[in-house]
Amino acid sequence: MNGNIHSLETFGTVDGPGIRFVIFTKGCPMRCLYCHNPDTWSAEGGTSMSTDELLEKYESCRNFAKGGITVTGGEPLVQIDFVTELFRKAHEKNIHTCLDTSGIVYKENDSRYDELMKYTDLVMLDIKHIDSERHIALTGQDNKQILAFAQYVSEKNVPLWIRHVVVPNVTDNEDYLYRLGRFVGSLPHVKALDILPYHTMGEVKYKEMGMDYQLEGIPAAEKNQAASARQVVLRGITDQRRGN
Amino acid sequence: MHDMPKGWEGFNEGRWCNSVNVRDFIQKNYTPYDGDESFLEGPTENTTALWNQVLELSKQEREAGGVLDMDTKVVSTITSHGAGYLDKEKEQIVGFQTDKPFKRSLQPFGGIRMAQNACHENGYEVDPEVVDIFTKYRKTHNQGVFDAYTPEMRLCRKSAIITGLPDAYGRGRIIGDYRRVALYGIDKLVEDKKHQLETALVRMTSENIRLREELAEQIRALGELKELGNIYGFDISQPAKTAKEAVQWLYLGYLAAVKEQNGAAMSLGRTSTFVDIYIERDLKNGVITESEAQEIIDHFIMKLRLVKFARTPEYNELFSGDPTWVTESVGGIGIDGRHMVTKTSFRYIHTLENIGTAPEPNMTVLWSVRLPENFKRFCAKMSIATSSIQYENDDLMRATHGDDYAIACCVSSMRVGKEMQFFGARANLAKCLLYAINGGVDEKLKIQVGPRYRACEGDYLDYDDVMQKYDAMMEWLAGVYVNALNIIHYMHDKYCYEKIQMALHDREVKRYFATGIAGLSVVADSLSAIKYAKVKCIRDESGVIVDYEVEGDFPKYGNNDDRVDSIAVDIVKTFMDKIRKHHTYRRSVPTMSILTITSNVVYGKKTGNTPDGRKAGIPLAPGANPMHGRDTNGASASLASVAKLPFRHAQDGISNTFTVIPNALGKDEIFVGDLDIELDKGCCEGIAE
Repeated sequence: MNGNIHSLETFGTVDGPGIRFVIFTKGCPMRCLYCHNPDTWSAEGGTSMSTDELLEKYESCRNFAKGGITVTGGEPLVQIDFVTELFRKAHEKNIHTCLDTSGIVYKENDSRYDELMKYTDLVMLDIKHIDSERHIALTGQDNKQILAFAQYVSEKNVPLWIRHVVVPNVTDNEDYLYRLGRFVGSLPHVKALDILPYHTMGEVKYKEMGMDYQLEGIPAAEKNQAASARQVVLRGITDQRRGN
Repeated sequence: MHDMPKGWEGFNEGRWCNSVNVRDFIQKNYTPYDGDESFLEGPTENTTALWNQVLELSKQEREAGGVLDMDTKVVSTITSHGAGYLDKEKEQIVGFQTDKPFKRSLQPFGGIRMAQNACHENGYEVDPEVVDIFTKYRKTHNQGVFDAYTPEMRLCRKSAIITGLPDAYGRGRIIGDYRRVALYGIDKLVEDKKHQLETALVRMTSENIRLREELAEQIRALGELKELGNIYGFDISQPAKTAKEAVQWLYLGYLAAVKEQNGAAMSLGRTSTFVDIYIERDLKNGVITESEAQEIIDHFIMKLRLVKFARTPEYNELFSGDPTWVTESVGGIGIDGRHMVTKTSFRYIHTLENIGTAPEPNMTVLWSVRLPENFKRFCAKMSIATSSIQYENDDLMRATHGDDYAIACCVSSMRVGKEMQFFGARANLAKCLLYAINGGVDEKLKIQVGPRYRACEGDYLDYDDVMQKYDAMMEWLAGVYVNALNIIHYMHDKYCYEKIQMALHDREVKRYFATGIAGLSVVADSLSAIKYAKVKCIRDESGVIVDYEVEGDFPKYGNNDDRVDSIAVDIVKTFMDKIRKHHTYRRSVPTMSILTITSNVVYGKKTGNTPDGRKAGIPLAPGANPMHGRDTNGASASLASVAKLPFRHAQDGISNTFTVIPNALGKDEIFVGDLDIELDKGCCEGIAE
């Protein structure tokens, strides 16, 4: 089976544990204001590559990237059948599989998700905003399916990392962060919480593509902003777990 | 068996007691260390005071334009100068190349003009009498070479299809086994050399005559080394009795070498585990404390950082600065399976904290998957903190050189005291491709340099046609190149012989004949462009092809794509095989390196437009690197491409200059677990072959 691939990064160090072979897929229904890969939004273009071809590429540099493979995007679940086949074959070769997703296209009671979860070792779920309306403003989409997907992954006992980007003036509100923590605290299998400072490195891509960058003027978040935001989220998690 | 010398008390005996065999001594006596760095001590007051003095002198040197003082009158020999100190009271390890620190010595044996230029460019003039002597009465290496060069060789040098030849400067790349001075003392070494001379062949062929003369020179040099000890107040005729003496004796051996030779790389060898044996003995006997042990090492490393040579601006341009390549090889695994990391391996690297970071000595960790975990972590930590550690693949090199080899310069491996190399700069294979296309006409000088073969015809380059022509042109280049080197090394032995370094070698030395290539990735991409895209030729008014237009895309080296990686592999193997066809001086074993680290910039300046779309003057990629920006699949793919290059056809080393911004390595401080790339499991050699 073939997938529509945007690009490959054979030495990925920030997309899951270890040094990983990262596959960027084409196509995403979200339009996050701070997205640093707007060139992956369109499902057009890209390179058609088969699962075997990708696994062969991974094997040829597996010695340098022992972590495994990560599929990100774009939104990989737009091509769920392709990802499922890729992960199934990866498991046959004892390769660690990681899915980096927004969860936006998740549908309840869709057996294709059950199949995919069988071969997924780790899900990295990016929750953009805990507040539904704000989420729409930020991404163009409601967050309902995203939160449902988080619960679903938890129920499946698949290890889950939650990621959240701190954008000054957009997501760094203490109340939202705390609510995010309460939600995360309600999920039983969260293994890691990654609060990332917003950066402006994607801005140049918008210019190259002749698009407006909507967050122009918002400065990159400082490391300590992310650290203090993390504290708030952690407080929410703790309170939730203690039943406060 | 002799009476045990006092310096050997407490050591386990072995073959090393009856013959010069440092490796046996190390294997029988060293203590592998698996612990962490918590035992290390910071700098002593004296260390800090001395280092501040060095920093002040360095500042003065920079302000003076790069050179603080030069000797213009006294020709440097092992015993040419009186003792020099920073602060005699504070220094644990002493000795400078001249009678004071930061004063560069005068070394005209490689070439008087080079020595004159080096002085002149820095505002000094060599004493006229010295110039007279080295012009009229004493021939230099440089003069000898130019007496014998053919017109063709001169042209190749001018056009820079062969560059950086050591025909006017010291070839370097030889590592004396300086440990022998400490372990045996001079008297025993002289006795051994005398025996070698007495038992040398007496059938007087020119080969045997040369050997006898060299052995006599070596014996004389050892005598001078003993005298150098006296100058600093040490009797080094006997084995060193303490750690401090061992380091001092060893350093005096090295100092003698840098007083005698201004070599392109004056590497130290593999000394830390050797020294550790002495430190362990002293610690056990309560002779020194940990702090004192570290102080000895700190002061030793400080001295190595202060090795300086008089060099010309062109030399510095070629090598991007003023490197001395005092490479010290640390770690590795023994052939019995024990790792060779000791506490002193830590102590050496710890100097980067105690006296700050520095490019010299070039600390090189012989990396293996099987190094102890704590040492790996320490190295990773220190790399992150200082960016001053080089790593090389012990698992790969051990198979060829055993467990007592060291690195000369940046990648050249050789067994210490048993192997040496004739350093041979580089042939520019990118330029050679342009010669193939233009029938031997230089694309920049517009003169016939190579043989007048038929140039490429038509508007577009044809792959088979170019390959055929390229093969013939490489054949020619390999011949001129090897023969130019034969002349160079003959003359270097004759007029600028490394007496003391060779005195610290066995009599029967294995010699490597080190050649090198530049421009590999440009060649691979150019040939790939010709094969997979269309390359249109643009000719100037005289019909020379001076530019190219690439129509369409083509696979580029550095993306783990066999279509082009296999071209790179083929070129390496083909050129090496052509080198192998030729006679090499002193039955040396030909090797090849792909390792330009800085000189690729200069080579690029001298190379015209290439069929891969690279424009004239743009730097070639360093070493075996992909061309800048063309590896678009991330580092693993890039590394995988480089790893396909066959080590056995590039045994003198393959370099891949790899820069990452720290953030790209993830958010954790140390990711040492992922460093366990199993380099001995076939991943690193010739997959595409």
